[in-house]
Amino acid sequence: MKKTLGIGVIVVGVLILFPFLYYSDFLINYMTQILILALYAVSLNLLVGYTGMISFGHAAYYGVGAYSVGILLQKYSTSLLGSLLVAVVFAALAAVIIGFFCIRLGEIYFAMLTMAFAQIVYTIVVKWTTMTGGDQGLIGGIPKPPISFLGLSIDIGSPLGFYFFTVVLVIGSFVICKIIVDSPFGAILKTIRDNSLRTYFIGIPVKVYQLIIFTIAGAFAGLSGALMALFISGAYPDFTYWTKSAEPIFMILVGGMGSLLGPIIGAAILNLLTAYITMYTHLYELIMGTVLVIFILSLKKGIADHLLERGLFKNLRASSLKRVQVEKGKETVKID
Amino acid sequence: MELMKLIDCFGSLSCLTTQITSALILGMILFLVASGLSLIFGVLGVLNFAHGALYMLGAYFTYTLLALHGNFGVVAILASIGVGIFGVIFERVFIKRIYASPLLYQLLLCYAFILILDDLAKLVWGYEFKSIGLPNAFRRPPLKIFGSFVPSYYVFIIIVGAIVALILWLFLSKTRFGKIIRATAHSSEMVGALGINVQLVYAGVFALGSFLAGLGGVLAGPVRSIYPGMGASIIIESFIVVVIGGLGSIGGAFIGAILIGLMRSFGIIGFPLIEESFVFILMAVVLILRPRGLFGKKEA
Repeated sequence: MKKTLGIGVIVVGVLILFPFLYYSDFLINYMTQILILALYAVSLNLLVGYTGMISFGHAAYYGVGAYSVGILLQKYSTSLLGSLLVAVVFAALAAVIIGFFCIRLGEIYFAMLTMAFAQIVYTIVVKWTTMTGGDQGLIGGIPKPPISFLGLSIDIGSPLGFYFFTVVLVIGSFVICKIIVDSPFGAILKTIRDNSLRTYFIGIPVKVYQLIIFTIAGAFAGLSGALMALFISGAYPDFTYWTKSAEPIFMILVGGMGSLLGPIIGAAILNLLTAYITMYTHLYELIMGTVLVIFILSLKKGIADHLLERGLFKNLRASSLKRVQVEKGKETVKID
Repeated sequence: MELMKLIDCFGSLSCLTTQITSALILGMILFLVASGLSLIFGVLGVLNFAHGALYMLGAYFTYTLLALHGNFGVVAILASIGVGIFGVIFERVFIKRIYASPLLYQLLLCYAFILILDDLAKLVWGYEFKSIGLPNAFRRPPLKIFGSFVPSYYVFIIIVGAIVALILWLFLSKTRFGKIIRATAHSSEMVGALGINVQLVYAGVFALGSFLAGLGGVLAGPVRSIYPGMGASIIIESFIVVVIGGLGSIGGAFIGAILIGLMRSFGIIGFPLIEESFVFILMAVVLILRPRGLFGKKEA
């Protein structure tokens, strides 16, 4: 734990200091984007990697966060921190409501239902033209009013200002996630992942825990979506489309789902890939899909998981990775 | 007021006929896709997320084949069989390797193939929307039923859907092959121990499921626009169908599909803006009252 803290402090120090040593707008924007997407992936990994809940509709909460902050700032000129907070609360609310239905059945139903409910969020976004701008998206820019905090007025309008703002919020969220997964609560989540039936038998209300972590994951996804909306100064229906749900799945699979580090590596890789692929071709999904197939059929585990198994960063290891592989009893359903 | 229109519609036989017809064509196409999905899951235990992509392939195959050969009947059969063959190759090359893997990998592999097939469709057929237009045999004045005009192609879709449902039911419940399929769904190990080639059954069921999805795409081709990604909305609706009907139940898929068709075709008159949410409300109600679906069996 101490080592983790030490590494954390060093990482934050580097993230904050490097713009002063070497500055370029491109690099700063690039780092901002990776951080925001990393938060999105880490939030999904709380479900997939730590609790064994395979959500295919994470974009719903990302989108709710993005649209909430955008609409509040653009149409109601609320304060920035207030809007962010409301966006996170809305995303969490959406996750509670949707989660209530999705956790009622087994994991296959969970996967289908999360995807189906994400689609209804997408439909609402496209159809509620007066509020969301419909197909066009929330255009016309989202204002970024300076933050007044403890008597200080901080301007986040510049790329550098927004970068620092993102570093603080994203790293803060990572710390919270780390605390959650290392807590007794986190230990129960891993138990549910490894064997939910036995967890239930020892008297733990599995569904309640699942709903709580689903809500937490939704809230962090909402924060990440809200930051992205601020970053690109707009929100678009694509934010809630199912391909947006595919992105964090890609990140955690490629990066590795056994630790918090994995999804972050995955986010960086996806961002690099996107930047290079879109330079040469529009067939971005084809390449993403092919990389996924290669990982599923041959490598089986993400990059960070392979590194961890070889004993590197042992202190960052979340729990025995082998247990992720435990095969669960297949559901058998009769045909009539 | 739109709600009044809905009430008016219930009072008029011609409006009812029109709406029920459109509910049935929507339901039949949905049934073809959802029954394949349900069948594959029931027997192989794999939830084929890429099933919507097979539906898309069916529509695109029809588009291409129609340019080569004018007869819609021949094209329809060839395109569906083509999708079936594609399904077998997909199963033998990829899906086969992950039967023993954790669920996550099974779902993700299918998910990856949605991405791949959508982009391949863009590569082969282009980004723009395609439309096929009604086949020549159906370019005739619409039929007049109860004072409402129903295009003959709609009647064709409904008849084909009903026939397929009937054949599928007879096949699964009355024939020897159907018995083997049901037995494999129940316990593949036992079936293997009795000397039946389980791998062959798996490949066959995947072919049948893909064929059904392809046929759905073929029938939908002339009445819907064809574009890369058209599978995404149908797969989500199919999920809703199997959640309502019960995963693994063909009868449930039929009832679920028709129910969704009715919800949408009447919902669009009474509540045009929130028409799609009715389907979700129906699903939410089923989930609360009957979590396993209307025809789903309780897990042993």
